[in-house]
This record gives sequence, structure tokens and C-alpha cells, in this order.
Amino acid sequence: MTDVAVIPMRTPAATGEHRKLKIGILRYNPQEPASVPHMQTYDLDEADGMTLFIALNEIRETQDASLHFDFVCRAGICGSCAMVINGRPALACRTLTKNLGPDISLAPLPVFELIADLSVNTGKWMRAMSERLQTWVHRKEEEIDLSRLEERMEPELAQKVYELDRCIECGCCVAGCGTARMREDFVGAVGLNKIARFRLDPRDARDDDAFYELIGDDDGVFGCMSLLACHDVCPKELPLATQIAFLRRKMVSIGWK
Amino acid sequence: MKVIYTDVLVIGGGLAGLRVGIGARRRGHDVVILSLVPPKRSHSCAAQGGMQASLGNVVKAQGDNEDVHFEDTVRGSDWGADQKVVRMFVNTAPKAIRELAAWGVPWSRVQKGNREVIINGQKVVITERDEAHGLLIQRDFGGTKKWRACYVSDGTGHAMLYAVSDQAIAHSIPVHERMEALALIHEGARCQGAIARNLVSGELTAYVAKATAIASGGAGRLYRTTTNAVICEGIGTALALETGVAAVGNMEAIQFHPTAIFPAGILVTEGCRGDGGLLRDADGKRFMPDYEPEKKELASRDVVARRMEEHIHRGKGVQSRFGEHLWLDITLLGARHINSNLREVKEICRYFLGIDPIKDWIPVRPAQHYTMGGVRVNYTGESPTLKGLFAAGEAACWDMHGFNRLGGNSVAETVVAGMIVGEFIADFCDSPENNVDFSTALIGEFLQREQTKLDTLIDGNGIEEANTLRVRMQEIMTEKVGIFRTGDDLASAVEELQELLLRSRNIGLRYRAPGANPELVSAYRVQKMLKLALCVAHGALTRTESRGAHFRQDYPRRNDAEWLKRTLATWKNADDTLPSLAWEPLDVMQMELPPGWRGYGAKDYLDHPDTARRAAEVEATRSKLSASGRWAVQEALMPYETLLPTRFRGRNERIDEPLERHLTVRQNARQT
Repeated sequence: MTDVAVIPMRTPAATGEHRKLKIGILRYNPQEPASVPHMQTYDLDEADGMTLFIALNEIRETQDASLHFDFVCRAGICGSCAMVINGRPALACRTLTKNLGPDISLAPLPVFELIADLSVNTGKWMRAMSERLQTWVHRKEEEIDLSRLEERMEPELAQKVYELDRCIECGCCVAGCGTARMREDFVGAVGLNKIARFRLDPRDARDDDAFYELIGDDDGVFGCMSLLACHDVCPKELPLATQIAFLRRKMVSIGWK
Repeated sequence: MKVIYTDVLVIGGGLAGLRVGIGARRRGHDVVILSLVPPKRSHSCAAQGGMQASLGNVVKAQGDNEDVHFEDTVRGSDWGADQKVVRMFVNTAPKAIRELAAWGVPWSRVQKGNREVIINGQKVVITERDEAHGLLIQRDFGGTKKWRACYVSDGTGHAMLYAVSDQAIAHSIPVHERMEALALIHEGARCQGAIARNLVSGELTAYVAKATAIASGGAGRLYRTTTNAVICEGIGTALALETGVAAVGNMEAIQFHPTAIFPAGILVTEGCRGDGGLLRDADGKRFMPDYEPEKKELASRDVVARRMEEHIHRGKGVQSRFGEHLWLDITLLGARHINSNLREVKEICRYFLGIDPIKDWIPVRPAQHYTMGGVRVNYTGESPTLKGLFAAGEAACWDMHGFNRLGGNSVAETVVAGMIVGEFIADFCDSPENNVDFSTALIGEFLQREQTKLDTLIDGNGIEEANTLRVRMQEIMTEKVGIFRTGDDLASAVEELQELLLRSRNIGLRYRAPGANPELVSAYRVQKMLKLALCVAHGALTRTESRGAHFRQDYPRRNDAEWLKRTLATWKNADDTLPSLAWEPLDVMQMELPPGWRGYGAKDYLDHPDTARRAAEVEATRSKLSASGRWAVQEALMPYETLLPTRFRGRNERIDEPLERHLTVRQNARQT
């Protein structure tokens, strides 16, 4: 049975050689008056199984203590570490360097407020979006009898709601969005997906008229130009293209009433 | 001097902190939550496989109830838990999960009819009842008699955290993100809030509050190999310790999870084994039945983790360039099951290992996972020695986990403790006698003290490097205060950690920016973490027995006669290099379940002198009341219901336990 699996990590160690990586990082710290945006390149010896989480921490510990970036779970589930990796928004913690060329470029997500270097304030943006779209279940009755059996739900429906609930608010979809660059208040695929999620949830008493009030304009579903980079870059592979198209159709029918 | 006044200050924006905040807010109190990161990024989101609540919906859960959940939890704790708190917990867990269901968590549901499952390596067809259709589904987890872990695929914590975080937004609770508490403000034995630092600007703010709640999670990053997120450094717990007044309890009780992927240490859920996954060795042999014939892969985590390390020690580990590991085999569960119920596991395997668990085995080895200890609080969540200081969740020693917690009980604790402690905090704030006379002089003094510490780090002449100290601490903890412990190793760990602590008072920085500065953060945190590490190591050295996850090779037996007690550590003076230890005995004569064999693991233990007497009493009560029903028996053995906040009292409805018979309790369980 020993043939079943070998840890399929990078194998150049077999020859005793590791690649030399050149990691270019867009540096800028608005807190420091002397700071101007510039690219800074760090040389790093690649290691087996190296992720950008490992690489960036090594750079900070051994070369440059002033480097800013955000990681929390380092397991691809919390959404903290999205950045532009070789021109494409992605989660840094689960990006293996072996899947990239030896020259790697890293930049902060656009659209979001820059904190410093690779760190951006997605939290503030997401909270504002949640407040605006009221991204919680609006129940018919406020009272919940906690001692009683829970309300029933069809298993497939629960699965479908979870499918949309898997969003980790990493911001990749917003960073990849053409509309978000032009319209400051565009809710992004993350916002539209949330509306699709609550629309699907029978526990939410809001109807399409209510949802139209939230997203029936150019800052909502009608602002989407269907470029659909959001769909391509979503690390959770959410069905954003389908959801946005479906929502648009539903909202059009409300708008024409 | 920047000062913010509020009724309730919550330190930590994970599930426990958010739910505490919501509870207090609903009762009309102002709440501010401080969080290192946006709350939806908290480590709560890493809970994958399930939340324990005795709903009893699936056929394999029939007969489950609070009593079974109680006994599983106490046995899991190796009798280290506070049994009254466990009772409060198991009775509230079904209410918590039903609240979450109403708040929109997309819990996986029961499909009536036949389904194929894997039990003990065999395919078995089970038939779910019609009347369970559409209710919450349960899966098997370690150390439980019934299938009890309710789940949302394997993204349970994520779905819970998003629902609760969105509720906090719905309740307009402000969360001050990227704010880190540095010290608790206290005058004598009264806590009055905290000094916090803005991680972007570096500015200090005094948050002054009637009640302060620590809900900052665990301290996994004391170890080199851990499943915990990088923010789980135990800082909230250390703040309580640094008051010199509040105590931390049972810090030596550290859990190691059997299945962290090797070598990255990222968790794959216990649900893998709960759903039928097997552990295999270098020969491909399933080895757990040889060690644990009854529970096999599903003994409690402390037992499985030890058996795995023991098996590797016997030469059965798989060799790799990173060291030795074992295999987790979930291939027998099939593509359909993995794609729907274990999809996060599949993603983790794909991205971090480049393998597909549908056809490949997963390399695993135990890694630090959970901190059973924490800020010692009584059943209301309040520190018995520092008034106005509360704690909930992993940061607290409440103490429902004792020396080992069961899988699925921690994410349940976050919301259950959040509900219960939130109510008690609201009661506390309602009471006029708990108003605080704030002294601006005192607030100024605390602000100045913290600013001076930061200035010393930034402008001082220290020569030690924070990162070097941290790495060495993590190595010591993993190598000498790990799964298997000995007196010699622990003594040398305590000695070297003290040296590191002294060196940490002389840290210098390469990067001296006063604002956003990761090196500065690392510097002040490692000073705090070393104190906690010393609580763990010194507590472990002193506890000359084995209990739950604390295993002493030189004292392999559980010793109830001498050690049926909780370790309390305080840090009396800032200059000390060791915590002061004291012990709080557990009263066997009050226990509903007197100490005995857990049903798995070693059968060898030394009884407490009261155990036989209490066991006889319990037996007599059980036989006397055998016709009166389980509630009457429980009430006679260990009354606890009056300890619960009124709104969370009362029985829980199940398919097999309709509530109509007990309408009188309904009013209490209603929620406004």
C-alpha cells in the first residue's frame, strides 16, 4: 500500500537545488509622509511546499521588518490575505510558489482603502455593504421559541443556500470588477451574491420588491457590465455569473411592473 | 487623552464575543467590540465539522438527550469539568442551535428514507424517519455515544460566524477593527475597561466600561505546530493574568488534534473520522482498533492523538522529508459524500498538498489545537476575584471542558456561553450598585503606563529580537510541553522559558515606526505569550498525574486522590518570572457523575476518597426515582436550573420527547 501517495510537494530537493525567487512588492505606506508608491524586489530561496504565506513571513523576518500584509487562518478559509498576484486577485495563503514563475509580483487589492503595502481595509468596505444591503435574515416574527423543534427545510434547499453562503468576503471579486473601479458605491458580486442567498432563503420574509429597493439601480445589479472577472477570480468558485444574471432578470421584471 | 465610554466592552469579535455583545445589546446596553481583524475573519470560521447539540433527529441519534451529552462531556473532560456548568451548557445547546437556525444558518438537513453510510469501515444502509425529514442532521464525532454533531457541510463555523456577525450588524453593534487591547484598567479588584492600541495608527484609546468581557480565543501560537490561526496568541487571557488579580485556570490542559495535515498543520475535521474515515500506518494497516477496540478512531482526541504518536514511536510512521506522519483515509466515503459534506477538506488537500482525497490518502499528524484553560470564571462568566471582568469561549476556563474537550463542543460553547454570559453581563449592568466611579487620574495612569512600555520598545536600546524569542518559545513548547510530558523535560522548559522571559524585557526593534508596525506588535505580544507559556509549563510540571490531554509519562495514572482540582495561576508582580499557583478542589460529593472509567483510554486511575460514597448515593437516588423520569433523577442528583438565566431555562423538544406535556416551562424559554 505504500505506493498510494507520496507528498506531492515540490521535488527539486531531489537534486538539492531550489529556485531563486524574485518577489516584487508594490510598497506604499500612507501613514509615513516620506513614503511614495514603488516596487521593491526581494530575493528568496524557494523551499519545499512554500506558499506566499511562508514566503512573505520569511521576507519580513529576515529582510524587511517594515513589510505589511494580512494573514489570519493561513488555510484559505478566512479571506484575509487576498492580493493581486501576478496581476490576478487571489488568496496568498494557499498559493504555492511552485505554481508560479520565479519572478512574482504582488500588489494590494485595488478599490479598497489601502492600509500599507499589501494590507487593505476590506473589513470597513464589507461592513458598509452589509449595512446597506441588510445582509441578515429578516424574519416574519421577531420571536423565536427556542424550546421547540427547529423549522424544517428541504435538504437540497439548505445545500443550495450553503452554496451561496460560502462567500468569505475576501474582496477578490470587487478587485477584479470593472464597475467597481468606476462606481464607488457599486455593491459588487459579493453584495449581489448575498442578496441572491437571502432571496433563496425561505426564512427571510423580504420579497423581490424589497430586494429591488436594495439593488435595483446602477449601484446594484444594473451596474454590472457582465465582464464577469468576479466569477473567474472567486477563490470559492461561487456561481456568480449565474446568480447575477438570474437576479438581473428578476429585478427587471419588478422594475417594469 | 482619548477615552470612549460604554456599558460593555467586548475584547474579541469571534462567535463568543459577538454573541455576548448581541445579548447585552438586546437588553438595552451599549456595547463596543474590539477585534484584531474584521470579525468574519476570526478563528471561529475554522470550526469545520460540527456543533454538538442533542437534537436526536437522525436514527443514529435516537435516544440522545441532555443526559447523554452531559455524560459524554464529563467523561471527555476526564472529570476535570465543572459539572454544573456542563449541565447549563448541554441544556442550552439545543436552544442555541435553534436560534442559529432561525438566524439563517444553512444547517444540513435530514432526508427521509434510506441512505448509505460508513460505520467501522463497512457500508451500512440506514433509514431516516419520515418525521425527521427537513430537521437538522447529525454526524458522528469522537467520544460521543450518539450522533450529535450538527453541521453545515464542513463549513459549520464559517456559516455560524457569518450569521452571528450579521446579527451584530443588524443590532448596530460597533466593532472597532484592528484594535488590540494592551491592558485591563482596574482599581483594586474592580475592572473598568481596557487600554487599546490602533494597529494602523498606533494611537492608544482608553475604553471605559461597566463590564469587560474577554473573548479572544485560544493560545495555540504558543506552539510551533498548531492548527490555530496566526492571531490565536492568547493575548486576551494574558491581559487578565497581568492584572495580578484575576487568575487563569488549567493552562496545562492543551489539546492536540489527531488530524492536522502534515507538515503544514492545517486542520482537517474530525468529521472525516466521524463519517467513517480511517487512520492507517506506513503498511497501510488500520491500527486504531488494536489500541482502542471499543471506540477505535472515535475515541476522544487526547486518546487518539497519543495512540498515533505511540504508533509512530513503534516505527510505523510514514517517512517523508519533513519527518514522520500517518495517513487519514477517507477514500471509502466516496466522491459524492466528499463533494457535498467534506468539501473544505477537499479544497485544503487540493491547494496545500496537491492531492485529491477522493482517491488519495491524506498525510496527518497531531498538532496543537485547543486551549482548555483560560481566564478562570464562575458559572456567570465573571472572574471570582476581579469584579466586572467576564470571559467566554476558548479564552475562558468556565469550565466545561476540564482536561479534554470533545469535538464540536467548542463551537457550541462559543454561542452557548455567549448567550448565557451575555445575559449575566446585562444583569450586572442593570444593577445600580455596579456603576463605576471613573477616575480620570486612574485612566491617565494606565494610558501612560502602556505608552511608556511602547516607547521603551520603540526608542530603547534593547538588543533582543522578538522573533527569535518567539520561535524558541514555540520550539520549547512543542518539544517539551507537548503530547507526552516528563518531569525532566518540563523542568528544563520552565527554566528556559524564564530565561526567555527575562530576555523579552530587553527587546529592541529594527523597524521603529510608532504606527502600523508588525515587529512592534510581535515584541509586546511575545512578552505576554511567555507568561502564558510559563503558566502552561509550570502547571504541567506541578501536576504529577495524567488527566485528559495532560499526559505525564512519569505519572501515567489519573490521580483523583490528589489531583481532582483545578490549577489557578496568577502573576503577582510584573517582575516575577513564574506564576503563583494555587488549586481549587472539585467536590466529588456534589457531582452528578462521580469519577470512573471514561469508556476508552486507560482504565487505571486512583480514586478520590469520596468517590465510592458518592457513587453509592447516586446509585441509591437513581433506583429510588427510577419510575419518576430522567428529569426528576437529575434534579435530585445535582440541581442546576436556577443557575441559568431565566430565558434559557426549560426543556428542549425532540421528535421523541414532545413538549406538550411540560407547557409550564414554555414561558421561560420564550425569547423577546
